[in-house]
Amino acid sequence: MYEFTYQKASSLDEAKEAYGASDEAKYMSGGMTLLPTLKQRLARPSHVIDLGGVNDMSGVVIENDKVTILARTPHAQVASNIELQRVLPALAKLAGGIGDPMVRNRGTIGGSTANSDPAADYPASIVGLGATVHTDRRQISGDDFFLDLFETALEEGEIITKVTYPIPDRAGYMKFPNPASRYCIVGVMVSQRGTTVRVGVTGAGACAFRVPEMEEKLACEFSPNAVADIKVPAEDLNEDIHASAEYRAHLVTVMAKRAVAEAIS
Amino acid sequence: MTVKFSITVNGKPVEGETEDRTLLVQYLREDMRLTGTHVGCDTSQCGCCTVHIDGKPVKSCTILCAQVDGCEITTIEGLAKDGELHPMQNAFRENHALQCGFCTPGMVMSAIGIVDRHKDESLDEKTVRHELEGNICRCTGYHNIVKAILAASVTMNKNA
Repeated sequence: MYEFTYQKASSLDEAKEAYGASDEAKYMSGGMTLLPTLKQRLARPSHVIDLGGVNDMSGVVIENDKVTILARTPHAQVASNIELQRVLPALAKLAGGIGDPMVRNRGTIGGSTANSDPAADYPASIVGLGATVHTDRRQISGDDFFLDLFETALEEGEIITKVTYPIPDRAGYMKFPNPASRYCIVGVMVSQRGTTVRVGVTGAGACAFRVPEMEEKLACEFSPNAVADIKVPAEDLNEDIHASAEYRAHLVTVMAKRAVAEAIS
Repeated sequence: MTVKFSITVNGKPVEGETEDRTLLVQYLREDMRLTGTHVGCDTSQCGCCTVHIDGKPVKSCTILCAQVDGCEITTIEGLAKDGELHPMQNAFRENHALQCGFCTPGMVMSAIGIVDRHKDESLDEKTVRHELEGNICRCTGYHNIVKAILAASVTMNKNA
């Protein structure tokens, strides 16, 4: 890691003040993405501002038709929430499949969302469940949040405070994980709420995206067969030593089918 | 830049000062000479560096020392009490759950986490194998590790 100055903030105001006072600061929540990035010297912030000391930013709240997850809630807490397992099991399952138990004890939904890592799990849920990202200054629709590789709609110094999910009638999440890191090679969240169907894909492209063609077909017939013949174009998809773009395109269809099967089971 | 912190390591209070960027595992190994905690991959995949922070297993290669100010840390060295091995350590020994031993400290710390998370139910092999996903062993093929954890879960729950 390059050198940086560490600051632990005890409130959002303190964090924002520290951010404003430094040249190139980075916020850190659980650090499960940021620290590996720093260790590889892929980023060189002047300051790392730890949000770990900010109180009242952790918890899962379930109201009539929505689920709210505060930004600093670790994945383990989301995965093990019994009420969430009942009302939105696909989301609890997604959280329980991130990394491994040790990573889930530290990593948070806010950090995962803010990073827009192309292989992270949560972005599939933000897009595939039609979530809203709340920040210290506004609300951002999940559809407008992820812009590109590690790029989001967040402005300079903006901090995610919580994510709210409308509770769907049914939803399913399936991923094909990298066997070592457990990051998604492809992950698909499918949901149905009234007449609205959403298909959110992570791992395949530069950032999470929807597949409108699948959504239209599923709105007519919510079954795995409905998406069996729909293939997303391989051009512009990610390619690395683990999977070619062509293979990822194939996996999107396979994971979407399995996610629908899970949603109706 | 340096940062000051106070932590408890294996029950003993520690007042320390280190570089802002020092990882917990570096401090444990290089400053405290607690070399039981290993570094395998250094990319938060292999689990050799697992320690407990406030009772929960965490990969100490992916957390800054500065972040754990005020926390209680337990390393593999802190498990045995009064010369008696922890039931998990004992089960690893009795089941021959190691060959080279490099992954073992992390396996043991992680395994205690598994038993803790399933206190109220009896552990099965599938759950153990699944929850051991954050620890990589290159020698054993995992069979005896899984056996050891299942055996220890019985003793630990009896003692609890």
